[in-house]
Amino acid sequence: MKHLETPKSRLYFMMLIRAFELRISEAFANGKLAGTMFHLSVGQEATAVGAIAALREGDFIQSHHRGHGHMIALNADIKRMMAEMFGRVGGYCKGKGGSMHIADIKLGNLGANGIVGAGIPIATGAALGIKYMGTDQVVMCFFGEGAALEGEFHESLNFAGLHKLPIIYVIENNQYSLSTSIKRASAVEDLSSRASAYNMPGKRVDGMNVEAVFDAATEAINHVRKGDGPYLLECLTYRYYGHSRSDAAPYRTKEEEKAWKKQDPIVNYQGLLAERGTLPSDECEKMQKKIDLSLDDAVAFADSSVFPSVNEIFADIYAD
Amino acid sequence: MGRVITYREALGEAIKEEMLRDERVFLLGEDIGIYGGAYKVTAGLLGLFGERRVIDAPLSESLIVGAGIGAAIVGLRPIVEIMYIDFATLASDQIINQAAKFHFMTGGNVNVPMVIRTQEGSGRSAAAQHSQCLEAWYAHIPGLKVVLPATPFDAKGLLKSAVRDNNPVMVIEHKGLYTLKGEVPLEEYTIGIGKADIKRPGKDLSVLTYSKMVHFCVQAAEEISKSEGIAAEVVDLRSIRPIDEEAIQKTAEKTKHVLIVTEANKTCGVSAELFAKVYELVPSVKKVVRLAGKDVILACSPVLEKFSVPSVDEIKLGMMNTMGLTEKELSYD
Repeated sequence: MKHLETPKSRLYFMMLIRAFELRISEAFANGKLAGTMFHLSVGQEATAVGAIAALREGDFIQSHHRGHGHMIALNADIKRMMAEMFGRVGGYCKGKGGSMHIADIKLGNLGANGIVGAGIPIATGAALGIKYMGTDQVVMCFFGEGAALEGEFHESLNFAGLHKLPIIYVIENNQYSLSTSIKRASAVEDLSSRASAYNMPGKRVDGMNVEAVFDAATEAINHVRKGDGPYLLECLTYRYYGHSRSDAAPYRTKEEEKAWKKQDPIVNYQGLLAERGTLPSDECEKMQKKIDLSLDDAVAFADSSVFPSVNEIFADIYAD
Repeated sequence: MGRVITYREALGEAIKEEMLRDERVFLLGEDIGIYGGAYKVTAGLLGLFGERRVIDAPLSESLIVGAGIGAAIVGLRPIVEIMYIDFATLASDQIINQAAKFHFMTGGNVNVPMVIRTQEGSGRSAAAQHSQCLEAWYAHIPGLKVVLPATPFDAKGLLKSAVRDNNPVMVIEHKGLYTLKGEVPLEEYTIGIGKADIKRPGKDLSVLTYSKMVHFCVQAAEEISKSEGIAAEVVDLRSIRPIDEEAIQKTAEKTKHVLIVTEANKTCGVSAELFAKVYELVPSVKKVVRLAGKDVILACSPVLEKFSVPSVDEIKLGMMNTMGLTEKELSYD
């Protein structure tokens, strides 16, 4: 993706994702958010940015309930995202979708989903559609390690493997489905190893490292775009906050959290770029300032956007 | 100009013609290709259109419906098949939480033009997991359309409209109707979804029904016309979401006596919805009676199966009851 071509732009979008998520938390504390149901992707920025950076304009992604980062990585308008979070008509879904359903097909996002795993068959169908139409687009289907335990994961990967569909399945393994560690839920620890059951390559990658994710995603996309069939990419990552607002994550140890935060995708990438001499010392501060201002704008936009009229509830149930 | 073909052939013709008309239409379902479908509706289509457009799916109902949604979102018009409506339980999330809600959740930005073909109903001793009438589940869900054709003519016209609709439409066929013959024009036609059809006109009594029960009701109406001189009007709803309120109102206003007949069991069924709707639309109605399947689990034994769903004799009794011509009440015991 053009807007994610340079290391600096990848850092910028990771910083933007984190700042957006934190701003949402703040807006919630201020009573501005519609509802309490939102899932922060802080800690997982490198998977969204690294993987999406490797796509082309015109490709599709499938997002999920922890999907703000995917939208931002697609260069979505954060004003409209914020308005959606606020339940206003200016939002991407006119306030009807909210946090869990922010998506825009025009950006290539097939949808975010509140049902864990449900996007996997849908993305697989989109890949079937692409193969049917004979274009060289690909679908990148994001889901968590929890979704990889749903039956739909297996139904879909089997079908994609069978028909050699142009789809990259990206497991964002953040270690926990709400409170349940993947170690307590999966018979195999290495989820990418399941690829072999479905006749596709599988790979595990450090999901806290944006360049590692980008390289692995590039390899996966090349394989898929050539017509060699699907690919399963597992990105090992961590969500810094609880599953949702109500979860203080008492099931994790402080030591574990600390160990993961040491691998922070943003801090470490900032360090790496500085080391390489490609990031002037005041650049991060400048970027942060720009991001904060754009988020101020987004909140102002969302605040000024009106709530939908009640009659809107009857609209969009059926298409004409 | 018409000719007589079966319900099965009419459905097959509709699919074939829509596939010829629109390159975006393709089929995905279990055993629909080489085998031609469990009830042979898609027989011959694999040979005509090839494996690209007629895809035999693995036994993965959730994938089948989900893949249909995904393909629809990127611009195709899939017809997916769930072999028995009983198996649609395995795809419930994709039907109820995904297909039905996508357009709304995206603020109207995404359409899901997809047909989910399936079949239901008793009469073949197929027992508890292959005979149910589950249409009420889907009719309950805003965002879906649900049609249940009773004749070859309706089957073809409704299925064609379903393919052209920009929403997910469930076409629920009846396994007991596939060999039914009826007149179907050679010329192109469609039937608007949500339009009821009067299968037998009458002035004394209205019967609201759909799917296979239409035929039982027409037979009962003929018989009671001869024996009692009662003119029963049989209204085939054809679609239960949307439902033709105008037709219900018109017939109920005319006769003031309404009998509701469904094969589906009684509690929380479409019959309950119709019962309420008649009173809402025509408060001056004199009597409304409902005759539905018994609240039982369908059995294999033909004796038990037949007893579980309305018969022509029961429908006649229901008609007499609605007209106040008998002391005998319908029994659900």
